[in-house]
Amino acid sequence: MMMIFGVPLAVFMGQLMLGLINGAFYALLSLGLAVIFGLLKIVNFAHGAMYMLGAFATLLGMRYLGINYWAALLLAPLVVGLFGMVIERLMLRRIGHLDHLYGLLLTFGLALIFEGTLVNFFGVSGARYPTPEALQGGFQTGFMFLPVYRAWVLLAALVVCLGTWFIIERTRLGAYLRAGTENPALMQSFGVNVPLLITLTYGFGVALAAFAGVLAAPLYPVSPTMGSNLLIVVFAVVVIGGMGSILGAILTGLGMGLIEGLTKVYYPEAANTVIFLVMILVLMLRPAGLFGKEA
Amino acid sequence: MTFIKKTLASSIAIAAATALAATTAQAEISDGEVRIGYLADMSGTYRDLAGPGGLEALRMAVEDFGGSVNGAPIEIFSADDRNSADVGANTVREWVDTRNVDMVAGMVASSVTIAVTNVLKENDKLGIVSGSAASSITNEHCSPNHIHWVYDTYPLANGTAWAVVQQGGDTWFMLTADYAFGHALEGDVTRVVEESGGEVVGGVRHPFPTDDFSSYILQAQGSGAKVIGLANAGADTVNAINTASQFGVVEAGQQLAGLLVFLNDVHAMGLETTQGLLLTTGWYWDMDEEARAWAERYYERMERMPTMVQAGVYSSTMHYLQAVEATGSDDTATVRKYMMEQPINDFFARNGRLREDGRMVHDMYLAQVKSPADSTGEWDLYEILATIPAEEAYRPLSESQCNLVQN
Amino acid sequence: MATTQTLTPVMERQRRANMRRNAFYLVLIVVGLLAPFVAYPVFLMKVLCFALFACAFNLLLGYAGLLSFGHAAFLATGGYVTGYLLSSYPGLTPELGILIGTGAAVVLGVAFGALAIRRQGIYFAMVTLALAQLMFFFYIQAPFTGGEDGLHGVPRGDLFGFISLRSNLAMYYFVFAIFLIGFAIVQRAVHSPFGQVLKAIRENEPRALSLGYNVDAYKLLAFVISAGLAGLAGSTKTIVFQLASLTDAHWHMSGEVILMTLLGGVGTLFGPIVGAGLVVSLQHVLAQSPLGNWVSVILGLIFVICVLSFRSGIVGEINKMYRKNFK
Repeated sequence: MMMIFGVPLAVFMGQLMLGLINGAFYALLSLGLAVIFGLLKIVNFAHGAMYMLGAFATLLGMRYLGINYWAALLLAPLVVGLFGMVIERLMLRRIGHLDHLYGLLLTFGLALIFEGTLVNFFGVSGARYPTPEALQGGFQTGFMFLPVYRAWVLLAALVVCLGTWFIIERTRLGAYLRAGTENPALMQSFGVNVPLLITLTYGFGVALAAFAGVLAAPLYPVSPTMGSNLLIVVFAVVVIGGMGSILGAILTGLGMGLIEGLTKVYYPEAANTVIFLVMILVLMLRPAGLFGKEA
Repeated sequence: MTFIKKTLASSIAIAAATALAATTAQAEISDGEVRIGYLADMSGTYRDLAGPGGLEALRMAVEDFGGSVNGAPIEIFSADDRNSADVGANTVREWVDTRNVDMVAGMVASSVTIAVTNVLKENDKLGIVSGSAASSITNEHCSPNHIHWVYDTYPLANGTAWAVVQQGGDTWFMLTADYAFGHALEGDVTRVVEESGGEVVGGVRHPFPTDDFSSYILQAQGSGAKVIGLANAGADTVNAINTASQFGVVEAGQQLAGLLVFLNDVHAMGLETTQGLLLTTGWYWDMDEEARAWAERYYERMERMPTMVQAGVYSSTMHYLQAVEATGSDDTATVRKYMMEQPINDFFARNGRLREDGRMVHDMYLAQVKSPADSTGEWDLYEILATIPAEEAYRPLSESQCNLVQN
Repeated sequence: MATTQTLTPVMERQRRANMRRNAFYLVLIVVGLLAPFVAYPVFLMKVLCFALFACAFNLLLGYAGLLSFGHAAFLATGGYVTGYLLSSYPGLTPELGILIGTGAAVVLGVAFGALAIRRQGIYFAMVTLALAQLMFFFYIQAPFTGGEDGLHGVPRGDLFGFISLRSNLAMYYFVFAIFLIGFAIVQRAVHSPFGQVLKAIRENEPRALSLGYNVDAYKLLAFVISAGLAGLAGSTKTIVFQLASLTDAHWHMSGEVILMTLLGGVGTLFGPIVGAGLVVSLQHVLAQSPLGNWVSVILGLIFVICVLSFRSGIVGEINKMYRKNFK
């Protein structure tokens, strides 16, 4: 059997595959963060909580309203996205003109509130969400047993990521968005409703997080704290990619998934830490991240 | 002369009376109240395991006891330790300094427990640990001031690993949480597996906590071991089992051995995922009539079935209160001595006995998680396969490093 | 008498302000000395340790404009080093243990600071967060910290070898003295020319640079002082509670110190103390009340309310009111 650094090739390939799937999650989450940061200049610390709310909306929708997985895939991001827009209108808007620090602190507070409240109602053990029937089982690829659901997660996440990239980089709406990022006052004078654009953008970024939450629901126990550990990892991804860079967030997400996957084979104890090491190295060499523009 | 004699006699009598009063005062209940503090994680990872449910169990015990001991009312207070050793130690220190607490119950995270027992030892108060798993609590960290009631990692490793090897699972791959508790559990399991004729062929130490276990499960699959041992706890175990089910580990012929799995974990994961899992438990709500009767009373209050930890809080509090009643004192050494002299047999503990190292040994049970088809209700989760006798389950005193044990 | 007559009105006002300030300090010191007879000393010591930690953090954020999201690393380093030394070398006195622990935090501060100050704004925050995460990993792995279980049974020992700190009262006065030293350092730093330059850098870094100030050196010094004081707080805390644990190294601790500073008032001398006092009391009171399960929700609400309505924090708002009405 061919070995790569002491690991059989098949295992090695399998690990790369899993890394890529995790990377797709990171990409989806960091993409939302990057979109929000790009236009609102807000470091959305509530992103992990929004991801969690997406998963909860899926779970509760099934439990109390009989909404199935496929409908939840659409509805949960919509509901959470609307919720995000309300938050933007009521709170974030009022601090838009202030230092970034305040947005970070406000959203951090919101995350504490959401998580703490749900803990009191649902505990922390988490609940299980069944894998939809069409996606159960798995295929035996040449190098590993790949559950169908994981393959679906990879596919769905990539499609949504690329779709978002396309909208932002290639459509008129995206052009407004990018222009709004550069110079909101000018856009306003051209008759574009910038405040509305901002609200929609926040809603959209949050909806992406919620979408990741729906994808995660059958994979991990749905619990109020599921987003909080993921959050700082996703931050690191966004920073490494370059804050506000759409393509940077997607590519870095996938890349970090791979690096983390390899760490899990060669030095598993450090799997949660390696990403921060990469972040330091990148920021030292490229101050604005891999794909960011220097201010 | 008579006058002098009289005065002398009366002053002697007075002195004797005062001395007597002093000694009886010592044997009495301090401050005229029995004060019990309940310290546990009320909002974090271990909330469902002990948390508010344990507090309710404590209240039930006090109510069932009649709310007072020999006329001294029983006062309960509680606090959330947020799984932080500082917060835990600090809270208990304050209970000691400002409220003169007599007994502290609960205690889950081992870091909190070790910190709290240090404070209790310094101030000569009693702690009854129900939540923690670490067997070191009554081994290298033992003290005359605390008791470990429900279970610890030794019988868990012993019961589960032994049973699995007996069933033919003789090659193991260990998934270990990378911290002291995980390492200790891994060590215990390795020893039992090897003693039973099996072999540990590989393992991986994952960071604590970990959400995504797919990579480690893949490594375990690649190892070719028959059994994947989970030397972790709480959310980590849940995640590992879930992931294993997605990757068809059991279908592919490998078996999982969860070493620290609680009722609330199995309930959360569902039977579909966990069926067939072997585990060792100190108590199960449906194991017999007595247990069921108590569990149903608990269920009416909490709308959940109790875990072994919550049941243990009730059982230990009862035993403690009986000791206070019998000795008429809430002095730590007196109460503990009485608790050690009395065998423990209630709805929770069978053949229970409190050893000098503070370990309460009692019968443990080897259980298997039912399949969805066999389960008759939301909480009908385990089938008890075997009873592990109290004297065999726990670490023998001859191996103890506790300084209270003469070896 | 002759000298006062020659004072200009401006200097006279300055002199009065100084007198008022000194009187205010004196009152606070007296309050601090009497406090343990009114409140529970261990609780007060906790407040003082966190107040010192918040003051250290505030020196960096409030006066140099640098938001560190990794200050837990210094708190934990001070705590672990002191805790380890005192439990392994019984002959070591507590003040030496604290000194070495603080020294370790200073060394770490130099290393982290040298890397972090090369980036600005949110990137600075992220570098400090990442470095602190690396330290967290180190403390989990390193054998001397006891990993997840933590370091327990650290002896309080005898101060200078002959004053027993076993009693809470003695310990309190020792902690109070340390706090005063730490606070004096912050106060001196802020009111010195060094502090003025820091403020200039915070307001407009390119301008400070063009005025010929070695901006990096100033930032680094501020970072190191802040790290050292955070380490001092950590060392002291370890001796008070006789333990050091991973809680102090976790990034939530870095978040908590931001909350304390923000609540009390960023960039005010007393803000962090008020903030730390409030947050610690709140956690303390809530933990033992029926609302115990809601601690994190309530902290979150405070965050939100602070950011939306009281951005200058309690002390900041009081200062504003004072200025509006009395000047």
